[in-house]
Amino acid sequence: MTVRKNQATLTADEKRRFVSAVLELKRNGRYDEFVRTHNAFIMSDTDTGERTGHRSPSFLPWHRRFLLDFERALQSVDASVALPYWDWSTDRTVRASLWAPDFLGGTGRSSDGRVMDGPFAAAAGNWPMSVRVDGRTFLRRSLGTAVRELPTPAEVESVLAMSTYDMAPYNSGSDGFRNHLEGWRGVNLHNRVHVWVGGQMATGVSPNDPVFWLHHAYIDKLWAEWQRRHPDAGYVPTGGTPDVVDLNETMKPWNDVRPADLLDHTKFYTFDV
Amino acid sequence: MPELTRRRAMTTAAALAATASAATLLAPAAPAAEHHHGAPDSFDEVYKGRRIQGRPSDGGGRHHEHGGGYAVFVDGVELHVMRNADGTWISVVSHYDPVPTPRAAARAAVDELQGAELLPFPAN
Repeated sequence: MTVRKNQATLTADEKRRFVSAVLELKRNGRYDEFVRTHNAFIMSDTDTGERTGHRSPSFLPWHRRFLLDFERALQSVDASVALPYWDWSTDRTVRASLWAPDFLGGTGRSSDGRVMDGPFAAAAGNWPMSVRVDGRTFLRRSLGTAVRELPTPAEVESVLAMSTYDMAPYNSGSDGFRNHLEGWRGVNLHNRVHVWVGGQMATGVSPNDPVFWLHHAYIDKLWAEWQRRHPDAGYVPTGGTPDVVDLNETMKPWNDVRPADLLDHTKFYTFDV
Repeated sequence: MPELTRRRAMTTAAALAATASAATLLAPAAPAAEHHHGAPDSFDEVYKGRRIQGRPSDGGGRHHEHGGGYAVFVDGVELHVMRNADGTWISVVSHYDPVPTPRAAARAAVDELQGAELLPFPAN
């Protein structure tokens, strides 16, 4: 059984294996298909129309399945690898070991945002930016500049305390746990982390930065934590909602999996704590 | 004479408006109501040395993204933008950070691009 661990606790060998598996998916072309899929959904999910991957109740199960696909791809390269998660409310500075050269590398240089160290730096030659929205072909970051602070543990707590999963109109204007976790409303958790990292992470092609997976693995863990705290609250809506994925409706692009199939993460993996 | 001239001008304007409406009706599956009620005004300016433009538009399903309703360009290349339920805007190069207007989204894109060329929407 896959155990997803806090990135801060990984051994040097675990970091090395994770990085190697990611680089292999990049080399064989599978990585960029994930970037392409994410961008297609982020551009087509709208508040007034069909919405599946973002700004909707299925934001959480959609990303859970997307991460499962990616994790299975990693495991096809190295069966020992699991997705680590980044608790950005704790490891909240540019000095976190997450950003060290033996793992994801650090922030970009000030002139052009280019990441200069670590395995994903353009100079290493292993991380071409193929699926992109502008002419730049190198990984960029600008940690903590567009927004100064990552969410605090108290802010995370305030969102976990919300007892309703989601609410009409089931989009970026909704009240409830999902939209506060996603960040379109309130203290802003998930969206703010994308903005804090900057570079490609702030764009529709955000999976170009490997930290995308660690960020979403923690968002996913917060969903599990919310379920533990609110055992009587479930995914909504449960049927008949135009443009929105109901509990027992299948989700694109897979078309064979429903939110109902993804509510219990322990069928697929557990967490270290 | 001034009266006649003004009437002729008004007639011409009405004809143009009728033509525009007909064109809109021909666009399939476009949220036409949004175009004429509540779409922000057009803009055209040079910001940090780059031309940014915005105008109401009928996406018309040309792209794999949503129908749109408003088009933004940076140096003539279309920037994918989206309106949120609360009236704020985002673009594909700053997709998690809403700003008040499409012009603000265009300026944020120019800031983000740091002089790099924008690419046309990915052909997914």
